[in-house]
Amino acid sequence: MIAHSVFFYIFSLIAIVSAVMVTVSKNTVHSVFFLILDFISISCLFIMIGAEFLGMIMLIVYVGAVAVLFLFVVMMLNVAEQKGQWFSSRWDGGTHIPVGLLVSLIIFFELIIVIGGWKYKPDLLNSLSINISTEVTNTRSIGNVLYTDYILLFQISGMILLVAMIGAIVLTYRERAGVKRQSYVKQISRERDEGVDLVDVEKNKGVKIDA
Amino acid sequence: MDSYFSILFTEVYKILFLLVPVLVSVAMIVWLDRRVWAFVQKRRGPNVVGPFGLFQSLADALKYIFKEIIIPASSNKLVFVLAPVVTMTLALISWAVIPFGEDFVLADINVGILYLFAVSSLGVYGIIMGGWASNSKYPFLGAIRSAAQMVSYEVSIGVIIINVLLCVGSLNLSDIVMAQQNLWFVIPLFPMFVIFFISALAETNRPPFDLPEAEAELVAGYQTEYSGMMYAMFWLGEYANILLMCAMGSVLFLGGWLSPIDIFPFNAIPGPFWLIFKILFLFILFALVKATVPRYRYDQLMKLGWKIFLPFSLFYVVLTSSFLLYFDLLPVK
Repeated sequence: MIAHSVFFYIFSLIAIVSAVMVTVSKNTVHSVFFLILDFISISCLFIMIGAEFLGMIMLIVYVGAVAVLFLFVVMMLNVAEQKGQWFSSRWDGGTHIPVGLLVSLIIFFELIIVIGGWKYKPDLLNSLSINISTEVTNTRSIGNVLYTDYILLFQISGMILLVAMIGAIVLTYRERAGVKRQSYVKQISRERDEGVDLVDVEKNKGVKIDA
Repeated sequence: MDSYFSILFTEVYKILFLLVPVLVSVAMIVWLDRRVWAFVQKRRGPNVVGPFGLFQSLADALKYIFKEIIIPASSNKLVFVLAPVVTMTLALISWAVIPFGEDFVLADINVGILYLFAVSSLGVYGIIMGGWASNSKYPFLGAIRSAAQMVSYEVSIGVIIINVLLCVGSLNLSDIVMAQQNLWFVIPLFPMFVIFFISALAETNRPPFDLPEAEAELVAGYQTEYSGMMYAMFWLGEYANILLMCAMGSVLFLGGWLSPIDIFPFNAIPGPFWLIFKILFLFILFALVKATVPRYRYDQLMKLGWKIFLPFSLFYVVLTSSFLLYFDLLPVK
């Protein structure tokens, strides 16, 4: 039990410190690396409370895919190093701090509501309309909840995500002129007659290609 | 507290018992790779150091150890040093869940296959970190290419794993092997096995998909600025990953530690040997592909991953699940 709590404090300390470092570090790429560290330690915490499926999905989805895209964007856009706006004395009064404070306050109160509800009504889990059995593995119970009890909502959320994805593609897609595309059908179905042209070249005139 | 330390020591002992053979076999597998490659091209390959050149890898390792480690002045030094470490660590920790036999596995966890998948999806970070921290054009381009390639082929590997899981009904690797007692999954899921093999080639940056280190265009890709032992660690990590992919293929499709037929001379051979035979078989296939196939163009690679493999494996998921549902074969426990 001691070892368990020691590991819990190690992982939560890493998670909190790296979350702070995400916002504090000056180099944007370092921020993303700290974000990844944060994700990894949080998935370790998930595994420690016995939610191994959630922990692994956290690793696969957030670390393996989302954070890679973050890194891509940050590296490709070549975001310049942020000058120490937060801690320098000559902060030029940017407008993003009030917004950030507002968002974090809202999230803070939401967390208080959720955790407070748990605190004052310990049997909150049992009062839900679905019954989560503690006997089966958590992979199985997540599957039951998602694919049996709430299959319709699950599929609707999938559809919404699909629509958002298609929308993003449609908005950013532009047809560019003069792009040469490879067409296997065209390449294979080329015959000798259309591939080779015999031309009588007139003196001092040359031949016009691609007529 | 005393019992805690004794548990710790036995675990460390077990981990060493697993990792030391893995590291030695990685060195041997490099030699095997080069020999097979040479054999196909009618060359001799490494045959000087030791019998049949077996100690070539050791000689190479010695060379790398005594070479100077050069850290470029304009690089991001911490990330630069961390990158090969990350690659090597991720390549080694995934061996914890590979079952070598019945009850012969370091960590028999419930979500073994997800763990393997998660760790292999983390593998891309070593490469991105190396490419970015080098602060030079070729490594950066190589890293970007590699990241895009690995993320794309991860998707199709994930869908292939879903196919296997549908037939097993469990995420535990030992359960996956035991489900193949009557029929290896390579037979009903043969197209998936082929796609898994090709995706594994792309996932480990092996030829014909070794575009991240295409020497004609990118010098050596993300490894360009590395030297000495740090380069060797990238290299070892890459080969450990290849071996791991072979192990994953044998566990998912070739029945893991099970013998091909349950008759006397075959089932007398212990399980770990069967797994090693299967890994070697897949690895020799890897080496043969390297020796025979020319390199893909990058757009063709992406087209293959997203437009051919992904739709086809999704279609196969539908096919497998409908088949299982129709014939009432769904593994419900």
